[in-house]
Amino acid sequence: MQSLDAVSSEIIDAIAGAVSLDALEAIRVDALGKKGRISLMMRDLGGMDAQSRKEAGQKLNEVKSDISAKIEAKQTTLASVALNTRLVAEKQDVTLPSRPETDARLHPLSRTIEEVIAIFAEMGFKVAEGPDIESDYYNFTALNIPPEHPARQEHDTFYLPADANGKRKVLRTHTSPVQIRAMESQEPPIRIIVPGRTYRSDHDATHSPMFHQCEGLVIGDGIHMGHLKGCLIDFCRAFFGVDDLPVRFRPSYFPFTEPSAEVDIGCTKNNGALKIGAGDDWLEILGSGMVNPRVLKNCGYDPEKYQGFAFGMGIERIAMLKYGIPDLRTFYDSDLRWMRHYGFLPFDTPSIHAGLAGGGV
Amino acid sequence: MKFTRDWLFEHLETDRSLIDILDVLPMLGLEVEVVVDREAKLAPFVIAEVVSARQHPNADKLRVCMVDIGGSDLIQVVCGAPNARAGMKGVFAPVGAYVPGIDLILKNGEIRGEKSNGMLCSEREMEISDDHGGVIELADDAPIGASFSAYAGLDDPMIEIAITPNRADCLGVRGIARDLSAAGYGCLKDIDISPLDGSFNSPISLELSVPPEQEHLCPLVSGRAFTHLKNGASPMWMANRLKAIGQRPISALVDITNYVMVDLGRPLHAYDIDKIDGSKLVISLAKAGQTMTALNEKTYDLDENMLVIGDANGPDDIAGIMGGERTGISENTVSMFLEIAIFDQIAVATTGRKLNIHSDARFRFERGLDMTSPEWSSGYVARMVNNICGGEASHVVTLGPGAKWQREIFLANDKVERLTGMKVPLGRQVEILKALGFTISDSANGWQVSPPPWRGDIDGSADLVEEIARIFGFDHLPMEHLPSKDVIAQPAVNSKQARPLRLRRALAGRGLTEAVTFSFLAQKEAVMFGGGDASLKLVNPISSDLSFMRPSALPNLLSAAARNQDRGESDLAIFEVGPVFLGDEPDQQRTAVAAIRCGSSGPREWHGVRRATDVFDAKADAEVALSVLGVRRSSLQVDPSGPDYFHPGRCGRLLQGRSLLGQFGELHPSVASHFGLRSVVVGFELYLEDVPLSKSRGPARSYLKLSPFQSVSRDFAFVLGDDVPASQLIRAVKSAAGPLISDVQLFDVYQGKNITNGQKSLAVTITLTPQKATLSDPEIEAISDAVIYAAGKNCGAVLRG
Repeated sequence: MQSLDAVSSEIIDAIAGAVSLDALEAIRVDALGKKGRISLMMRDLGGMDAQSRKEAGQKLNEVKSDISAKIEAKQTTLASVALNTRLVAEKQDVTLPSRPETDARLHPLSRTIEEVIAIFAEMGFKVAEGPDIESDYYNFTALNIPPEHPARQEHDTFYLPADANGKRKVLRTHTSPVQIRAMESQEPPIRIIVPGRTYRSDHDATHSPMFHQCEGLVIGDGIHMGHLKGCLIDFCRAFFGVDDLPVRFRPSYFPFTEPSAEVDIGCTKNNGALKIGAGDDWLEILGSGMVNPRVLKNCGYDPEKYQGFAFGMGIERIAMLKYGIPDLRTFYDSDLRWMRHYGFLPFDTPSIHAGLAGGGV
Repeated sequence: MKFTRDWLFEHLETDRSLIDILDVLPMLGLEVEVVVDREAKLAPFVIAEVVSARQHPNADKLRVCMVDIGGSDLIQVVCGAPNARAGMKGVFAPVGAYVPGIDLILKNGEIRGEKSNGMLCSEREMEISDDHGGVIELADDAPIGASFSAYAGLDDPMIEIAITPNRADCLGVRGIARDLSAAGYGCLKDIDISPLDGSFNSPISLELSVPPEQEHLCPLVSGRAFTHLKNGASPMWMANRLKAIGQRPISALVDITNYVMVDLGRPLHAYDIDKIDGSKLVISLAKAGQTMTALNEKTYDLDENMLVIGDANGPDDIAGIMGGERTGISENTVSMFLEIAIFDQIAVATTGRKLNIHSDARFRFERGLDMTSPEWSSGYVARMVNNICGGEASHVVTLGPGAKWQREIFLANDKVERLTGMKVPLGRQVEILKALGFTISDSANGWQVSPPPWRGDIDGSADLVEEIARIFGFDHLPMEHLPSKDVIAQPAVNSKQARPLRLRRALAGRGLTEAVTFSFLAQKEAVMFGGGDASLKLVNPISSDLSFMRPSALPNLLSAAARNQDRGESDLAIFEVGPVFLGDEPDQQRTAVAAIRCGSSGPREWHGVRRATDVFDAKADAEVALSVLGVRRSSLQVDPSGPDYFHPGRCGRLLQGRSLLGQFGELHPSVASHFGLRSVVVGFELYLEDVPLSKSRGPARSYLKLSPFQSVSRDFAFVLGDDVPASQLIRAVKSAAGPLISDVQLFDVYQGKNITNGQKSLAVTITLTPQKATLSDPEIEAISDAVIYAAGKNCGAVLRG
């Protein structure tokens, strides 16, 4: 029979030489299992006298715990090697493309309208709406544009067939009819903006038969043209993100406002490139004025009591200027290449707190 | 409105530069559109005389000319023009000059061995016309060495301004000068508007022959005859000005009428007396069926609402719009009758629109003339005719009581400040109005203001405020922020208006790109999608493809898809939120949400996730849209039916109870092919108006009670008839499982081996979530049995063996 030392060193050698967790387990069973060599030696202690048993027992216990510790240590080592081997085998070429994500964009028009709403919301405006198919009265007459008025001819109106009474509806040529609808349905004070589709029978490089406008109307006590100026300067500077943007008010004419003003913003034109901001040139961006007393009267308001201002701007125009979109007609073409380039990420919500310029690609 | 600098200065005494004036015009409401200053461009060109011209020794078509430009030496120039010859006067460009027509700076040169130091120019080389027949030939008395542009009247810059419809008074140079003088940019010069008596009675009389209630159509007209005239070319100053504004000089008499129209904004009409049939010009309404050939050589059909002027032979002038060819002025005219009238603006506009004649006269008449002009301009014009064409003028004949233009408007002292916020000294206010021609008298706390006869646009005190404000300067408007009533801004959109904003994000989040397409489409497509009603057909579409208001947003999305497909983008997912029209009344407009997908789910890739788009993509899009609108997917029923433009077996209507909320499907193959789409296209559409706003219960959610007990799942595979809708099985399973059921998922659909023809296998998993105690096996068994029983009873389903 081998001595304990010989058995012990044989087992320890075997542990050291084990190359797999399975081999190590076999060694453990051979040494410490129920019928393992060390276990059998422990069982043999029963036949010894007390003194011998004590000595041999002590020795055996030391050997047993030494072997256990070595097996455990070896296990850790072998597990780590096995894991590393697996990880090496599991290698993937991470330069392969990931699964394609959806690449959808929001249209610059809806984006721009949201920016406009965000700014005017800060100034206490509410969004109002009206129908695209309008009566002649709301689109023209109530706005102080009687039949045969030269201003009417400039509108290039689309007409629908006359009804039994000979009245023909029109596609609204501007968002201004909603001014009338708002004043008819509510009492002052009023602060509304009206983004929406508008139509004129004109189709060339700079005109589309359908386009978008945003109307604004403010009626209240003591609202004067200085407020119009302040409100629109505040808007232009916020929208274009230029704090010192020069804004110029120029006398003009709209039948539904008096006095009327065109609003220009400063810019620089250099070799076809346009930069919004203080410069040596001006760009016309919107029309405005104090609501004509005749329009107030048409809506049942007393012009001596209430006054206010109105304005209207082309959404496409301000979007083109802000985002450098060169061609009006591309807005309605739904060209995916254009949308990917000029569109906006859906989660990029314009807001005053997070900014109005848009980010992401 | 075009005019020249010198023309303006004819009416405005000023020491201001043109630059100053161009800067202030837009600030007065007169928007400068174009300025053409040819002087700078033509500055180097001088008048020269060709002293001698000899054949070039080495070139057949060239001549060697010695040119005198007033210096001490003659200059040698080689010239190829056929008309270059000794003794002629022409235009010379010296060395160093930039010649715009050939885009070249001239240098000392040599042409085939002969020195050439400059150039004799053609009109095209100077870019003053396209004429390149030879070099310019000037009159014998043209001053050698003088500036050509000054000599030819090309040194007078042309200015074009846009005139808003209210400023008819600025359709004459004098009106513009008046505005400038009011703004402190000079002094309005007097013109001689004293009457000119004339020396004989006009052989032509005027008569107004309209029903009494129509007499307002011509409230005032004056006329006068001229005899012994010598018509010919108009004087150079007049011809140059007309040319500068783009008009072709015709003859002195015609040019005078055109000149006065631009000068004073006063259209005139001239008849050749020798061509008038009879001795009377009658102003009347045309008779139906009458025709007239106008000065533009076109023949017009007149009707009984059109005011015309004619002689015994019939009408030969459409009042305020265009004269007739028959009685018009020619080069040989010696006797002229000149008519200066006021016609009703609306009548002129209506007739002009009906006949589609756009003339300078109509433009001015329909915007309104100086109501007193038939009186005061008569002498002014007569003197001009006499000065240029000689002859004698008759006494004036006039007709009509005159238009009612006098009115008084009260302007309160504080009105300007109340309306504009601008403080304009009262004295300055009066001064401005007076400078613009208004007459003013004091009144309690304000003034009574009478507008001048040329300001028909002034309607009330707001118009007076505008006059004062624009002349005082909009730059003085105070800038005031809008008073804010809330410290924290309130939402600008209500819950209904917020829905499209959220929908757009949700749909884009699903990979759908937003499109904006036209609200109109072709008739065929309108009909295909349930529209095409005659009440929604545009009377004047820009093309037949855009002639009907759309009944659905789908067709224009399909057209967009086809355009993209043709550009090589055949995998496409787009949506639109926009109006559709069920009728022409406001309450028949709907806000549609529509989306289409075609091709594959995405680009080709190596993971294997790419698949063909199918109807379930459209269904999911619709369900997501509805869930954004507050409709739970579990509350929706699907009715397997839909409109004709969908594949009859692959479409569905989404219902909540009995209300239709939306529909989805695969587009019918014939519809897809109509649009030229080559792959399967699926889509959905719903109207926001059909989806009720969810009732607001405030922001707080209901209390969430989470069960502490474990959920259990059980799977069932049923075999049932092929024609039984899956929704029927799910409903049966759900109701049988009772209140503990928290989810049912259908996870397998199978037909084929081991399943009888006409049958299918559907596998569902149910999740049971107990609330009071963990479920025991017998309890689970009982529920399973109930599920199996219900599936059998309601759907004829048996558990798959």
